[in-house]
Amino acid sequence: MTEGPEFTLQCPLPDSGHERIELAHGSGGLLTHRLIEEVFRPAFAQSPDDLTHDGAVVDVPGTQIAFTTDSYVVRPLVFPGGDIGSLAVNGTVNDLAMCGARPLWLSAGFVIEEGFLVEDLRRIVASMRDAAQAVGVRLVTGDTKVVERGHGDGLYINTSGIGAVVASQPISPRQVQPGDVVIVSGDLGRHGMAVMAARENLGFEPPIVSDCGSVSAPVLRLLDEGIDLHCLRDLTRGGLATALIEIAESAGVAMELEAAAIPVSDPVRGACEILGIDPLYVANEGCFAAIVPESEAARALSILREFDSAAIAVGSVRSGGAAGSVALKTMGGSYALDRIAGEQLPRIC
Amino acid sequence: MKHVDEYRNAADAHRYAEAIARIVTRPWSIMEICGGQTHSIVRHGIDRLLPDGVTLLHGPGCPVCVTPPGMIDAAIAIANRPEAILCSFGDMLRVPGNEGSLLAAKARGADVRMVYSPLDALDIARDNPEREVVFFAIGFETTAPATAMAVLQAELRALANFSLLVSHVLVPPAMEALLSDPASDVDGFLAAGHVCTVVGYEDYTPIAQRYRIPIVVTGFEPLDLMQGLYMCLRQLEEGRHEVENQYSRSVRAAGNPAAREAVERVFAVRPQEWRGMGSIAASGLGLRPHYARFDALERFPAIAVGAESESACISGEVLRGVSKPCDCPAFGAACTPEHPLGATMVSSEGACAAYYRYRRQPPVREAVA
Repeated sequence: MTEGPEFTLQCPLPDSGHERIELAHGSGGLLTHRLIEEVFRPAFAQSPDDLTHDGAVVDVPGTQIAFTTDSYVVRPLVFPGGDIGSLAVNGTVNDLAMCGARPLWLSAGFVIEEGFLVEDLRRIVASMRDAAQAVGVRLVTGDTKVVERGHGDGLYINTSGIGAVVASQPISPRQVQPGDVVIVSGDLGRHGMAVMAARENLGFEPPIVSDCGSVSAPVLRLLDEGIDLHCLRDLTRGGLATALIEIAESAGVAMELEAAAIPVSDPVRGACEILGIDPLYVANEGCFAAIVPESEAARALSILREFDSAAIAVGSVRSGGAAGSVALKTMGGSYALDRIAGEQLPRIC
Repeated sequence: MKHVDEYRNAADAHRYAEAIARIVTRPWSIMEICGGQTHSIVRHGIDRLLPDGVTLLHGPGCPVCVTPPGMIDAAIAIANRPEAILCSFGDMLRVPGNEGSLLAAKARGADVRMVYSPLDALDIARDNPEREVVFFAIGFETTAPATAMAVLQAELRALANFSLLVSHVLVPPAMEALLSDPASDVDGFLAAGHVCTVVGYEDYTPIAQRYRIPIVVTGFEPLDLMQGLYMCLRQLEEGRHEVENQYSRSVRAAGNPAAREAVERVFAVRPQEWRGMGSIAASGLGLRPHYARFDALERFPAIAVGAESESACISGEVLRGVSKPCDCPAFGAACTPEHPLGATMVSSEGACAAYYRYRRQPPVREAVA
């Protein structure tokens, strides 16, 4: 048996001196215990019993709950505007918000590569704690696995979330009607371009900052104000275009978007122009589309603008047109948006 | 966004369309050289703003589309060697050679890396001294200066583990090859603005005179294209055949002398194979003997560049402007971006990809009742 810190005679220091994650941190033994006691529990436990059992037992207020899960594998782990930790909390919180639910509890599963710096893990965990506190969600259960060096990309996080549904009407593509207005809650493309710029060291000036954040507050406000939300969708992978194509297909309706109305900030547009990337397909992490009846659109928009002045109506659901199609109006007519095959890759020149 | 929005003003584009309609008296076919221009034309519907009878032919200016499959196969063969790291531009990675693409090789375990500049490949070589780093250098006069700079830098830094698989191509010889093709129906050219930013447009004057054809150096935004088309059509209607510069905010007659000088120092003109178009004399760039040690084909003598195998794909005709993507029976059926039969369907600058993305379905204004 190899000699480890568990056989030393000194009392273990609060910081057990491990600079890097070792395979033993995932063994279920002492190092796992220390990792939980020194890294995870201080960040997330709110009472002595929290995070001490195989699962969490929680009270469910009301009857309808929303339940979702997502895994986060972003590279680099830290990017302008966020990191994998804030992303893992906000992404799952936002999925709950899209169900019209108030987020209550999260679980977190960490897959850590052997050799990962504990200090970096602390920073990411602190960022998760801050993101969870900001939105009022509690991380109540979790899991840690360590994989051999070379078998992971530093750190992967899975979070699952449970929320209490506060929407009185179902929110789903099936509710979408001809005449509805499509609103986006903020400007598009910041997360995807920020991560790409950070990953590839593109050095845009000023740097593009991810929109990574919770959309729980604006959604809950829309619901509090009694806005009839037909459908909500966060605009993550695949961006606005892919999200609306999915909704149009599920709802069996046609949509038409005004290219000129679609909000994209100058730094993002500039980066997309240089790289030949279409911001309509770039991922967002703090931005959603709301599809509402025309009669509610102005009120919904004024509420959303209290949270983000870039919120804007970008199009509508058509009464005619091919079911499942999303058309983009440009100066020389319009064309149908389509899912793109594979990743968007930068063009040559 | 400043310097872009001004060139996307729909009202001004429609005013140019009216001006074009006023001067055009007969049918004309105009070819835009560059794939970036093709993409912009199809995306913004520029061709739909033109009067009936004015046809836009899409040219060979998609850098990855014209890269010969044999070169891609050679790049894959290099990438498959355990000591090699193969770097290239993102768009190049998914274009299939005769057998598979670099992305497919990467999925099978080859070390293939996407870079944004050849200079990034130098840093990879510095950081991996025990590996052989090969940059797959493709593209027109636009990308050649950066490749030349990478060679000069590699020499300066005495990098012994860096080399290039060179497949650079030149525009003017391809234009001449098109004009000499009896199947070609080109009345005027919109020359590629970015190419001319580097090399200027003095080389175009002999072509305009010899083939009695107007050439207008044109930018990429909708208004650039409308203005370039207006200038080209006005020349045709007035019986002139000159070189004019629409893209004067970027292009000087002599281009960028520093960039030209770097290319001249590193490269010599050589015959070049074009995908779907065959070999064209004096249309490519090869490393000068002084830089032969940076030639990947010298460094990996076992790697040979094979010929293009037979294919049902008509991309050669598309690249020569003889056929449109929608003329191909496979277009949108057997050939899609997900399952491409040819390079023009893969690259974001390929004409087939542009048609697939923006023209596959009928225009929605017509489809909507």
